[in-house]
Amino acid sequence: MEYTIFIVLLPMLMFLFLGLAGNKLKPITAGILGCTSLAAVTVLSYATAWQYFTMPRTAGGAYGATTVFNVQWLHFTESLHIDLGILLDPISVMMLVVISTVSFMVHIYSLGYMHGEKGFQRYYAFLSLFTMSMLGLVVATNIFQMYLFWELVGVSSYLLIGFYYQRPASVSASKKAFIVTRFADLGFLIGILIFGYYEGTFDFASVGAGTGFAGVDIMGAGRVMLPLALGLMFIGGAGKSAMFPLHIWLPDAMEGPTPVSALIHAATMVVAGVYLVARMFPLFIVYAPNVLHIVAYVGVFTAFFAASIACVQTDIKRVLAFSTISQIAFMMVAVGVCTPDGIGTEAFNEAGGLGFMASMFHLFTHAMFKACLFLCAGAIIHTIGSNEMTLMGGLRKYMPITHIAFLICCLSISGIFPLSGFFSKDEILSACFHFSPAIGWMMTLIAGMTAFYMFRLYYGIFWGKEAQHEHTPHEAPATMTVPLIILSTITVFAGFIPFGHFVSADGTAFTSHIEMSTAVISLTVAVVSIAIATFMYRKDKQPLADALEKDCKGLHTAAYHRFYIDEIYQFVTHRIIFGCISRPIAWFDRNVVDGFFNFLAWSTQECSWSIQGFQSGRVQQYTYVFLVGALAIIVFALML
Amino acid sequence: MEYYLIVSTVMLIAGIYGFLVRKNLLAMLISIELVLNATDINFAAFNRFLYPDHLEGHFFTLFGIAIAAAETAVAIAIIINIYRNMRSIETKDIEDMKH
Repeated sequence: MEYTIFIVLLPMLMFLFLGLAGNKLKPITAGILGCTSLAAVTVLSYATAWQYFTMPRTAGGAYGATTVFNVQWLHFTESLHIDLGILLDPISVMMLVVISTVSFMVHIYSLGYMHGEKGFQRYYAFLSLFTMSMLGLVVATNIFQMYLFWELVGVSSYLLIGFYYQRPASVSASKKAFIVTRFADLGFLIGILIFGYYEGTFDFASVGAGTGFAGVDIMGAGRVMLPLALGLMFIGGAGKSAMFPLHIWLPDAMEGPTPVSALIHAATMVVAGVYLVARMFPLFIVYAPNVLHIVAYVGVFTAFFAASIACVQTDIKRVLAFSTISQIAFMMVAVGVCTPDGIGTEAFNEAGGLGFMASMFHLFTHAMFKACLFLCAGAIIHTIGSNEMTLMGGLRKYMPITHIAFLICCLSISGIFPLSGFFSKDEILSACFHFSPAIGWMMTLIAGMTAFYMFRLYYGIFWGKEAQHEHTPHEAPATMTVPLIILSTITVFAGFIPFGHFVSADGTAFTSHIEMSTAVISLTVAVVSIAIATFMYRKDKQPLADALEKDCKGLHTAAYHRFYIDEIYQFVTHRIIFGCISRPIAWFDRNVVDGFFNFLAWSTQECSWSIQGFQSGRVQQYTYVFLVGALAIIVFALML
Repeated sequence: MEYYLIVSTVMLIAGIYGFLVRKNLLAMLISIELVLNATDINFAAFNRFLYPDHLEGHFFTLFGIAIAAAETAVAIAIIINIYRNMRSIETKDIEDMKH
């Protein structure tokens, strides 16, 4: 399976080509080139997935982890070296499929969406760079390679958020995204270093990737330090995946072009944190289940927090952004509620390890329907020219295809049978109930909120009072609607994939059952929430919504301002860190450190001024002084 | 031997004095020649009277003469260039090489 190397190489070459020679090409040529290379990557990814999942399983019944390509890049000691390579195991193959599919759809969609934009070639170059780094991240053979590509996706996200670099909002949003994630990556890096120091290896293969738990054998100090290292790595993952309180960059990242939001800030890059936790799962579950539960608690809080903000936002991309935060938190919760109960036995996949599979399943389905939702939002923004929900309304007549695709994805994210979101969310809820009923009920409530705010969004855009438009809204061109149709079709049918056969906590196949009680509860909650949203937002006049807004004015305003988290950050960074720490340090640097060297320079200069008269340029004066000096020395020598 | 030394001392003092007080570069050059010749005389005299069996002093005298000749050539070339540039060889006019 050596051809998998081209999955990473093709987008990289395309990035170099479009980046260097893009301006010489016609925009449409660059776009088609980008799409073609991505089509090839997609085909290769599907071929890889097909070939991988049809391979015979290992003796334990798991799919093995195969390193199909590996070069040693940096050598430290015999066991500690940094490699670059491609590791195939169930989750990385699954991610390959997700990333290449969504990226391909976004490439096609952008042909229509970005048509006529300045910097079209640059846009495609950056898209290729992002795709390359994301694919490189998921196939990483070791945690250091993952870190490299992790930073690369951060950079390409920065470049793409700041694509409209003439708009100050984009520039500050891109800076914010980069700095916040970079700050979190500090934790990741320290975690890697601790991990490498105590375990003496960076390799995933030697910590049990894809091999169940056979490869895990850690003794001594490593056992004590491992939870710390894993916790620090989770901080990096929390930054990328926008977990509270590091979520502040994601809503602002919506300043980038909408297809970019769909690709990077909904489907692929933001789930890198979940992927990281899933990648380290064998270590988490055996050595640090408590850290895993911290992940779960952070996830529950984030999911609730983001869902409550999403209920009141009026910018449609912001609603989707907070919905993304909330859904990623669902995945984190799912992987976090895993317990080591029954590890090593048949029942593990159904009991303690169910959350792992649920998380990966939700990652898969969420990538599809959330990318589709964002692309729909892009089509709407494309025709309306604004993000504000108040300027929309009644669009269902004008944009039938977008309307249907959006509705399907809304139903899916709300968890309505038989769409894919139902299955994955149901697995998550089952895993939560298995862990603790409190978390289970909490997540059910949040799932209900999800249904509510998604349908508030849906009715706000497609129903309700029609806003005044400058020109009649129209359906998007075919390059934009075809990806919507494909993604919503996947959303409809993806739920029936027997996901447990491919991805599970210990790698062995199992058939997941829908637990009737959980399914009934979650379906009821979803339907009730949709009904409430319908009742409140369906009509032109929304008396109940307005009354609620008036009655809970404080809460509404706080949620609308995202609970002032950004303001708190602003206060902490500017007033406390800049004002109380940086400013005194700057004063010390300017006055004490610089002052000392300024004093040295000043005194040297003063000395020079005072003795410059010696250098008169009159030769005879020099001679005279020399002679007197020589005589003085002679006299001195004689007197001794 | 004292007579030789008296002559050379007179020449040395006269040379140093001339170097210090004359304002003309050529006069100063002549003074330097006096100083050099005074040392040559000393070399020759000491060698002749103290170590008649050796020849180092004579060699040094010859060296001194050769160096004096070379030095004079260079110095005169410099003085001519100074004259071309500044139209003067008076020391009071040549004060550019200062701070």
